[in-house]
Amino acid sequence: MPVITYRDAVRQAMDEEMARDASVFLIGEEVGEYNGAYKVSQGLLEKYGPNRVIDTPITEEGFAGVGIGAAIAGLRPIVEFMTFNFSLMALDQVINNAAKTLYMSGGKVRVPVVFRGPNGPAEYLGSQHSQALQTFFAHCPGLKVVAPATPYDAKGLLKSAIRDDNPVVVLEGELMYAWKGDVPAEEYLVPIGVAEVKRPGNDVTIATCSKPLRMTLETAAALEQEGISAEVVDLRSLRPLDDETVCASVRKTGRCVIVDESWPVCSVGSHLASIVSNKCFDDLDAPVELVASEDVPMPYNHALELAAQPSAERLVAAVKKVLYLQ
Amino acid sequence: MADKLLMLALSPTMETGTIAKWNKKEGDPVKSGDVLCEVETDKATMDYETSATGTLLKIIVPEGGQAAVGDLIAVMGKPGEDIAALLKGADARKTAATEKSAGQPAQKPAPQPATPAPDKPARPPAQKPAAEPPPQPAHAISRKELKSSPLARRLAEKMNIDLRSIAGSGPAGRIIKRDVERAMHAGRKAPAAPAPPAPAPAAQGLRDEVLPVSNKRRIIAQRLSESMYSAPHYYLKVTACADGLLEAREALNRSRGPAESVSLNAFLIKFAALALAKHPMVNASWQGDTIARHGRVDIGIAVALPDGLVTPVVRDCVNKGIIAIDRELKDLVDRARNNKLRPEEFTGATFTISNLGSFGIEEFTAIINPPAAAILAVGAAHRAFVPGPGGQPVARTAMALTLSCDHRVIDGAVGAAFLRDLKNTIGYPVEGLY
Repeated sequence: MPVITYRDAVRQAMDEEMARDASVFLIGEEVGEYNGAYKVSQGLLEKYGPNRVIDTPITEEGFAGVGIGAAIAGLRPIVEFMTFNFSLMALDQVINNAAKTLYMSGGKVRVPVVFRGPNGPAEYLGSQHSQALQTFFAHCPGLKVVAPATPYDAKGLLKSAIRDDNPVVVLEGELMYAWKGDVPAEEYLVPIGVAEVKRPGNDVTIATCSKPLRMTLETAAALEQEGISAEVVDLRSLRPLDDETVCASVRKTGRCVIVDESWPVCSVGSHLASIVSNKCFDDLDAPVELVASEDVPMPYNHALELAAQPSAERLVAAVKKVLYLQ
Repeated sequence: MADKLLMLALSPTMETGTIAKWNKKEGDPVKSGDVLCEVETDKATMDYETSATGTLLKIIVPEGGQAAVGDLIAVMGKPGEDIAALLKGADARKTAATEKSAGQPAQKPAPQPATPAPDKPARPPAQKPAAEPPPQPAHAISRKELKSSPLARRLAEKMNIDLRSIAGSGPAGRIIKRDVERAMHAGRKAPAAPAPPAPAPAAQGLRDEVLPVSNKRRIIAQRLSESMYSAPHYYLKVTACADGLLEAREALNRSRGPAESVSLNAFLIKFAALALAKHPMVNASWQGDTIARHGRVDIGIAVALPDGLVTPVVRDCVNKGIIAIDRELKDLVDRARNNKLRPEEFTGATFTISNLGSFGIEEFTAIINPPAAAILAVGAAHRAFVPGPGGQPVARTAMALTLSCDHRVIDGAVGAAFLRDLKNTIGYPVEGLY
């Protein structure tokens, strides 16, 4: 099976869907002439021309609205935010127009738009450009939100998102673009709303999504050396959230740790913790632990920047806490 | 509104209690903080204080009656209050419980008097499943009584294990899955019931008898079986020359009156504490996934009672002198014999000493008293010939010391080094200062 980068997986997904369906187009800052700020759209302008790969001014609210309008008019736009930090300018479009139109039109007007781009902290970016904003979108009914952590899931989920008749937010990650993984040459889709057990285990369930998955899998492997068998569930989709896969795992292990790189207050992670505590109450041997970013703006200082985010050390401590090994 | 007064867990291991004495009569006014009654628990007689104020309306469990933790023992309220409705629900269940012999399921109506009539030899309990104590009646367990994880509660219910019989190892004593599994394991490993003994011709003064198992006896049985079957014991024996110890004791007691005479056990406790300080791994506890090495040496000493034994604990023995240890020991032993120890005074020893020397026992092995990982069995000091200089026999005072160790915590060489140092200190007490 070919091994490709996350970046190429995202590009392949867009390329394949644009080839398959002439109504699909890409719009955003630097997506055309510059081949994408992170080179995700490399070669697409050349292949599909300026009518389907459209560079915009620095006007997130404007081009998000163009995408929504185009979707209502019958096209399938892919709106790229250079990063989701900039998507905050367009929150009104995403939350008030994209998410609500189907409902407010009595089910008559569909908005099949995709908003995608890198989310979550990278490095040395400072508070305003280094944040995991999934909660803002996952909070809102009318949107679907996916956060793939592997090249395979990135390609399969983006293709599903482009074909979906609802607005879908696809959260990628700057640091993940260079990660490599198996991606089959033949076409496939990953369904939205289905989590996946990325590593089976018996002693503790660790649920996570997006970039922290890699650290979580490495930590689970290290815990194996200590005789702790951790089951790692990759949520993949944040809305709809496949809590049943997480709960099935917790019913088996009796313990749950959630790793979420966003802030801990009112987050996807804390929401999942409440669901697990509720649905698995009689199966829990310890309270659910949440390993999240610290509840502070991201520090610029690199040591503090790392300390503010979920780490293997904090994950190990949480796992040992729910196993009463401290 | 009348209040139900329930039997409380007055010691960490108590499952049922016997009302030794009611200090109040029905109709007496009761203030918060009054001692309502005295309850004989598995180890001691404890005061039952009430936090409610009112009138004692009804005593449900009379003096001498037994009640499981959580059972109704009395009702308080306003004088003349109608408590019939309150009692109705409780009556059928609880009165049966109070009269049941220990360990018999409460729900089953007792088909025969619980205690066999003394003149009628009882049949061996062939139809009673004796291998495991029958499950306690399932009581609703209130959050105040016990902390336990939901999973532990569900497992215990499924396995028919009474959570109150389990010690919790989680934070603040929370009972967790691991604790229930251990309890299950211990239950499964309990020895099978011995075959009923063949009826033998009765000898003078002897007769077949079935004795009810007292709380104390049941706790002793549970704890020691659990220790023996879960802790892999091994034994190290040395014979110490006790002349140095006896001389030191004589020298100390020469300046003291007979009433102030310092006991041999106080010396042994002190010497053991000094050796434990040098070998901290012997002063430790197995905790499943961790080993707790204790920062303080708390030594329990086994004290025989007419109806069992108890192990009062002298705390912080490294930092106390022999006279202080002796004073505490005498007080603890006195109160142990009068059932007046508080639970915290006989639990949590980090090391134990059992001395059967006064019976003339030369040497023996003891079962480790959890949570400690070792117990020292001390034999009688006796005169013995040993080869002296030039091979000539020399008479010395010998004392056998047998150390039982939990191999999960203490490896052979570690136990041996500890015992060597203890032996040397007994022979030459000044060694303890090195």
